Amino acid sequence: MPFREAMEAKYRDILAKYIEEQKESTLYLAQKFSRKSIENQVTPEEIISLHKMILQEMYPEMPTYVTHSFDLLLEIMLGYGFAYREHQSLRHQQKELRSEIEIAANVQHTLLDTKIPVVDGLDIGAISVPARLMNGDYYNFVQDENQCISIAIADVIGKGIPAALCMSMIKYAMDSLPGYRNEPSVLLENLNHVVEQNVDPSMFVTMFYGIYNHEHHLFSYASAGHEPGFFYDGKKKGFTEITARGLMLGIDKKTKYTQYEKKIEPGDMIILLSDGVTECRTSEGFVEKDTLLTYIDKYLHLSAQEIVNRIYKDLEQLQNFQLRDDFTLIILKRSV
Amino acid sequence: MDIQSCVNIQTEWDIVAARQLGRNVAKELGFGVVDQARITTAISELARNIFIYAHKGRVCIEKMNDKGHAGLRIIAVDSGPGINDIRLAMEDGYSTSGGLGAGLPGVKRLMDEFQIVSSQGKGTEITAVKWIR
Repeated sequence: MPFREAMEAKYRDILAKYIEEQKESTLYLAQKFSRKSIENQVTPEEIISLHKMILQEMYPEMPTYVTHSFDLLLEIMLGYGFAYREHQSLRHQQKELRSEIEIAANVQHTLLDTKIPVVDGLDIGAISVPARLMNGDYYNFVQDENQCISIAIADVIGKGIPAALCMSMIKYAMDSLPGYRNEPSVLLENLNHVVEQNVDPSMFVTMFYGIYNHEHHLFSYASAGHEPGFFYDGKKKGFTEITARGLMLGIDKKTKYTQYEKKIEPGDMIILLSDGVTECRTSEGFVEKDTLLTYIDKYLHLSAQEIVNRIYKDLEQLQNFQLRDDFTLIILKRSV
Repeated sequence: MDIQSCVNIQTEWDIVAARQLGRNVAKELGFGVVDQARITTAISELARNIFIYAHKGRVCIEKMNDKGHAGLRIIAVDSGPGINDIRLAMEDGYSTSGGLGAGLPGVKRLMDEFQIVSSQGKGTEITAVKWIR
């Protein structure tokens, strides 16, 4: 290693310089030296030994008590060297783990990828951002040949890898139930069976599922304990919470879900979200629902995708760019 | 040419005796000061493990010579409970080290060669070698 070979001469030079005159510029050289030696994996005990050796060379008449004191210091610093090596090895492991998780996140991204449908008269925007590398939220759109668009939004209680693994399963369970796509309550009942049987009892999933009939502008939906979204009334210019009752998926296999319907008029909006949106925490506590609605109101004139993007940016800033939970927000806007 | 000397480990003072033995042999063989300290620390760790977990065992030091290349071998043997999961014990951050970098992975890093054989209920034998650079 070139640094190691030059290390001795370099250290001798710096030490001699500093003993001669105690200048800040020499101390700066010493700082650069230590950075370089850390880069080259030189351990603390090696530095002590080097220091002692060079000092002995420079001052052969150096008292023996100084020499002995360095032996003691070396023994002490060996312990630090010991901890330092473990730290290095743990850092290396952490890097490996992180790149493994990044790959997993990419795989998840591909698995859960969904395209936002493009239809006349309906403007759809969606955003989903994980708090960590992997997302425990999930949304999915399916557009069928009968002018119906299904929307699913789900949240695994918990975040990170376990939640993400569970979510991949939900997605495939949904894909395997195409026959129930038009019946939100039946779909949730079937998914509930799958989750109840396959997912760890400590894990719960909330889901909101709806189908938008583009011909009659009728929105049918059911909820399995999911964070309530909002309807925006374009005429009254006001928001109402979407009330839909239903137990979370995976709790009781006999759970039945109620299906609701709502006529969507021109200018109306459907706002769906995960609790990462309403549980945005700032130094002053949770972001109030009213705050969220004010934001939506502020951006009403924009396209659905622009609205969700802006709201995410605003709430991200409110929280000092530290997401505490996965964040998913969907807006469907019927054009006037 | 293997010349072996051993120290029985039963009390904490025996750890010091094992260290002393290791340092003497390392010095004799011509190891530098830093390597002497590393070898001693490795011996100290292994002897401490015996003292704490197995209560009874011994640490032996051997001089080695491989085609003119000198080295030192530490053999730590105990008849303690054995290590259940060696892979786990060899993982950083595990064991009682608590970020001190000690424990078996620390010993492994200090030495050039490291071997461990352990069976539950019978005991553990750890061999570690350091060669003169």
